[in-house]
Amino acid sequence: MSTVTEQHNTHGDDHADHGLTDLGYIKIAIFLAVITAVEVVFSYTQDQLGAAFLPGLLILMAVKFFMVLLYFMHLKFDSKLFSLMFYIGLVLAVGCYAVFLATLHFFQS
Amino acid sequence: MADTAFHADEHVDHGGHYSATGLSNNKLAMWMFLGSECLLFGGLISTYMLYRGRHSENLGPDQVWDIPFTSASSFVLLMSSLTMVLAVSSAVRDDDRNTKVWLSVTALLGALFVAGQVYEFTTFYREGLGFTTSLFSSSFYTLTGFHGVHVSVGIIMLMSLVGMISKNKVVGDKKETVELFGLYWHFVDVVWILIFTLVYLIPA
Amino acid sequence: MAIIERPSDAVEVVDETTPSVATPESSYGVFRRPVETTGWKSWLFTIDHKKLGIMYGVVAMFFFVVGGIEAMLLRLQLAGPNGTVLSADKYNQMFTMHATTMVFLFVMPMAAAFANYFVPLQIGARDVAFPRINAFGFWAFLFGGLFLNTSWFLGGGADGGWFMYAPNSSVAFSPSNGVDFWGLGLQITGVASLTGAINLIVTVINMRAPGMSLMKLPIFTWMVLVVQFLLLFAIPVITVALFMLMFQRSFDATFFSVEAGADPLLWQHLFWIFGHPEVYILVLPSFGIVSEILPVFSKKPLFGYPLVVFSGAAIGFVGWGVWAHHMFASGLGPISVAAFSVATMAIAIPTGVKIVNWTLTMWGGKLRFTVPMLYSVGVIVQFTIGGLSGVTHSVAPSDTQQTDTYYIVAHFHYVIFGGAVLGLFAGMYYWWPKMFGKMLNERLGRVNFWFTIIGMNLTFGPMHIVGLQGQPRRMYVWTENRAGDGFFNIGFWNLIASIGSFVLALGILLFFVNIYVSHRKGTEKAPLDPWDARSLEWITTNPPKEHNFDRLPQVGHLDEFFHRKYEDRGSDGHHEFHQIATAEEVVAEEENNADGHIHLPSPSYWPILLAFSLPIMAYGVIYNVFLLIGGAVLGLVSFYGWGLEPHTAPEDDYDPPTGTAMEVAAHG
Repeated sequence: MSTVTEQHNTHGDDHADHGLTDLGYIKIAIFLAVITAVEVVFSYTQDQLGAAFLPGLLILMAVKFFMVLLYFMHLKFDSKLFSLMFYIGLVLAVGCYAVFLATLHFFQS
Repeated sequence: MADTAFHADEHVDHGGHYSATGLSNNKLAMWMFLGSECLLFGGLISTYMLYRGRHSENLGPDQVWDIPFTSASSFVLLMSSLTMVLAVSSAVRDDDRNTKVWLSVTALLGALFVAGQVYEFTTFYREGLGFTTSLFSSSFYTLTGFHGVHVSVGIIMLMSLVGMISKNKVVGDKKETVELFGLYWHFVDVVWILIFTLVYLIPA
Repeated sequence: MAIIERPSDAVEVVDETTPSVATPESSYGVFRRPVETTGWKSWLFTIDHKKLGIMYGVVAMFFFVVGGIEAMLLRLQLAGPNGTVLSADKYNQMFTMHATTMVFLFVMPMAAAFANYFVPLQIGARDVAFPRINAFGFWAFLFGGLFLNTSWFLGGGADGGWFMYAPNSSVAFSPSNGVDFWGLGLQITGVASLTGAINLIVTVINMRAPGMSLMKLPIFTWMVLVVQFLLLFAIPVITVALFMLMFQRSFDATFFSVEAGADPLLWQHLFWIFGHPEVYILVLPSFGIVSEILPVFSKKPLFGYPLVVFSGAAIGFVGWGVWAHHMFASGLGPISVAAFSVATMAIAIPTGVKIVNWTLTMWGGKLRFTVPMLYSVGVIVQFTIGGLSGVTHSVAPSDTQQTDTYYIVAHFHYVIFGGAVLGLFAGMYYWWPKMFGKMLNERLGRVNFWFTIIGMNLTFGPMHIVGLQGQPRRMYVWTENRAGDGFFNIGFWNLIASIGSFVLALGILLFFVNIYVSHRKGTEKAPLDPWDARSLEWITTNPPKEHNFDRLPQVGHLDEFFHRKYEDRGSDGHHEFHQIATAEEVVAEEENNADGHIHLPSPSYWPILLAFSLPIMAYGVIYNVFLLIGGAVLGLVSFYGWGLEPHTAPEDDYDPPTGTAMEVAAHG
């Protein structure tokens, strides 16, 4: 991970501090696959779920989104500056486009 | 490589370059680019959400989707994210051989995904859903088309990286380069996570 | 007449035995890497932020003249009743291209010129984070701007207004290729802006000299930083809109076709989500320039520096929440209108904070009304007028009368010309000696200034009146009948405005005359620190050496240069500044302690090649798919060439003529 050896202790420690092991990533991938399967099941059982369907689906989507972002993309373990750069974009996008859709009465039934 | 006397060690990033924050320029740039891509895909997704109901009776989302098929290709793309992480992990360990293996597998899975998209689109087209058929179709193809182009560019980038590692022609920090290509790839996967749910799984 | 006067004791002096062009090896057996330091190749393949800044400025001024001529034609057409200078169709093209040119090809790149030149200098860096991307950005801007303007010769300019509302801009209503040139041209310049934004943000975050914390950043750099964030997130939005417009025009998509079920407001929302941050992109750099100049010529630090910084950031942030105030009359509905109305009122607050801070900077100061100071005070006055009309727009009911009238045209010209453009001229006069080693003539500058101010007020002032008298925007002709009763009717004020535009044009012409006069043979070289300035970019020669600083500065204060010249011997909050060093001594101190190893990246031709592929592809989209493919191939080859090229040429390739040892090494 680092070519400048003065400021880091050992490579082994690096791995533990700075993210997951390969096995950890595989576990997350399996978890994501399971969530995806649950989502698909949701889409087939929409009537049974009733009012819980849409929020449930969106929550599952968000869980996957953030798991890839925080773990696979390492955002959880890296400098907060990277998070800031990305989240500004994400917040602006969600905010502006949600307001945009709202003005066009998208969220009204 | 010593720059000048007062460049404190904390301010040297992993590539050995001085920076005021100790962070890599390239990595910062990539995250900013990904932040801006949120606005790009956000615009395409919201346009799709606005227009998803504007179609003729028998050519709407519920009629046209093949959820099992799309679920399979979503799974493929998701797994490519895993293989990408394994590639980065190999690069961190200076394991060129496995880095190339995992990068190639990632590209292959990506290509499988794109092939699935192509198959899906040609099927829709044969069923009567062309680009200009309806607002639903235009916005659907535009959104997924943009995503598909991003994936394709990613595949080319990954294979190029494999070639460059083989010929030892990677400019700059090899580990970081693999990591940054990985960030781009994961982002493309993350966009698909949104698209799969919002476009395919939410009924009209 | 050399545009750039090199100081006689510069590192660049070449001794007779060293050739000015090295004889490098070829890369990949085909073309050798460019390494020239003089001549046209040193400009074409440069990655030096200073050269790029100058080129941005020159091209921007060229487009300023183009946009100005387009404006003059508009004013000539409206000077009298039943004008015959422009047909209705030509009129539509003229106001569209005038605005597009001024916004995208003058103000934005002119601000980029200053940002490129001065941000690295102000933070104590030797270049930006990604010098080749910087070069690419400039060439993409140039080629995109030229591409856009070839529409004039290829069927007519775009004619849908600079905001290009769809479906009016679709093929049915705008059949010529003008809109296609517009859309594709802006995509190209948009890439330049986006890459430039990433570059400058990383530069400011990562390449500050030791000791320069964010709250010691010169204020111009702060405003530029906010602008880059705005660009980073706003450009993708217009990218989406432009793609959809091009898909509609090229492939008959129906994104904006109401008869096919489209929402009539889709374009407007997408455009203005970009468009409102865009206007802050236009004005904030000039706010930064003014914030630099006022303290120097008031001999006082900027009043409330943290407040100026935070209000800049606040404007940048709140600016994302007001876009639909451009759509009050579009049928949004009362709830949306009310929400955006309140948000728009709110954004006046941080803007007002800046005005107050500027005024308080001058209050009690020892004022020197040099030309940069005149322009800066001009900004405060003129922008405030524009801001006041803006506040009246924020009240939705009154905006419903004002919208689409000349009252709006008055507003935005006061804020853009009075705010952004005057600020850019202030920057010109202020930083000219730093960039070119000569002062611009003060007396001529004052004449330049007053003609500009009088001209601008004569031109845009009456527009408030005719707007409220009922003259709509984009109206290609007016008749005596429409002009209304009384002497001071629409006709009268239009004539005044047209006369004013000539006065304004004369004022701008005087600026170019000043450049000529100031650089004639025999004019004196500028002193090292002509203004007794405060910030870091002045701890360099005039113009700076290629590597900017002989020694990367250690920064201890905001206004570091000022604190190296003056020591505060006061006590108990009382300030008493005594000069402890001259500017020459401060710079000499740096030269005497020059860094042993100086890292500079090498020139490259991939940036210009990649940039060149873009208009080729764009022509291909409009005319011929083989052009598109050819351009794409060039682009792909350039990408790979760039990616495989080391950051600096191999040691034996690049042999800079030098007095100090310059070791090349990988950097950025």
